[in-house]
Amino acid sequence: MNLIGYRRDPEGIHPPLDSPSYGSTRLRHPGERLVLLPHGLTEITGPLLGSGRVTKTDSDLTLREPLGQRVILHGRVLDGDGRAVPDALVEIWQANAAGRYLHNADRWPAPLDPGFDGVGRALTDSRGRYRFLTIKPGAYPWRNHHNAWRPAHIHFSVFGMAFTQRLVTQMYFPDDPLLPHDPIFNAVPDERARGRMVARFDLAVTEPNWALAFEFDIVLRGRDKTPEHR
Amino acid sequence: MSTPAQTVGPFLHIGLSWLGGEFVVPHGTPGSIWIHGVLLDGSAEPVRDGLIETWQADPDGRFDHPDDPRGAVEGFRGFGRSATTVDGHFAVLTLLPGALPGCAPHINVSVFARGLLHRVVTRIYFPQFDNASDPVFESVPEARRRTLVAKSTEDGYRFDIRLQGDEETVFFDV
Repeated sequence: MNLIGYRRDPEGIHPPLDSPSYGSTRLRHPGERLVLLPHGLTEITGPLLGSGRVTKTDSDLTLREPLGQRVILHGRVLDGDGRAVPDALVEIWQANAAGRYLHNADRWPAPLDPGFDGVGRALTDSRGRYRFLTIKPGAYPWRNHHNAWRPAHIHFSVFGMAFTQRLVTQMYFPDDPLLPHDPIFNAVPDERARGRMVARFDLAVTEPNWALAFEFDIVLRGRDKTPEHR
Repeated sequence: MSTPAQTVGPFLHIGLSWLGGEFVVPHGTPGSIWIHGVLLDGSAEPVRDGLIETWQADPDGRFDHPDDPRGAVEGFRGFGRSATTVDGHFAVLTLLPGALPGCAPHINVSVFARGLLHRVVTRIYFPQFDNASDPVFESVPEARRRTLVAKSTEDGYRFDIRLQGDEETVFFDV
């Protein structure tokens, strides 16, 4: 069976699993080399989870009027050739405006917000577009090194069409002074690739007297032109 | 160019836990099997802030997917998701996958966790099949192949995942 696989990302795009400046990688990165997996049927297919799993209100995290700066997050899910990925499930989670997660493992003394659970889901439309209404998360400290703070970020999980396209990433805000100091952001070797994790302020979509807007496109792997050589 | 991957972080449950994620098939489905395991780090400590996702063919080796050149077969979700417990335990209830053309039955597994900046991917093979004839299985150094084979249990199979160290699980470059 001649199957068209997906292009492999060049070195430097994704962070190395062994990234010593992010301490939690120390005991969790594989020591052995990864074994090349040719793209067969299990890899070029993948879960198509859209219908029935997402309701209209799942993309609005502000229904209970949480505290914080209201923001519209929107963008497209694209493949590596710029083609829209429709019906893609996009899941997000984030801290509240004070930088606190609604999670029992988060114990730093910033207030919880009873109006905010920090979880959202959306499906891309026929042009690959998604849109969330949420609040800007706060920065928060962590124990990676002395005086370590995570820049404001929103976790994104995306399913494309294929197992090979599965992506979990984090979205950052432009001009955040913590970005140059964050070992997770900077674990991505390629500077341009790092830049693709930073949303763009979008005045055109910003709603007067209501909410600032940021645009964040997510690019998944594109398809090969010819079957992969075995 | 692709958007880079980042870790799910320690609070992944907020966004990635679903009611019923573990149930690739509903409870009581004839022929269903549990696949249980623990996710362990390089000191053999359980990873309590991890998540595994599974993707597989149905018992006839078919997928509900338009890119399968044999045609899509509806009705089997094929996808499971289980966050690890404080003991590093995960489990999915599913059906045994069928063989694919030229390949032994297998389940693809993605592992996400705090401390994993990118998912790692492994495969579950089953002890009762002729795995040696599977080209992917055969491409793995012989001494490490056993880390890919689940063990039979009373209610299904056991498949532990070791991220690092002795008996480190084989992970694939997808």
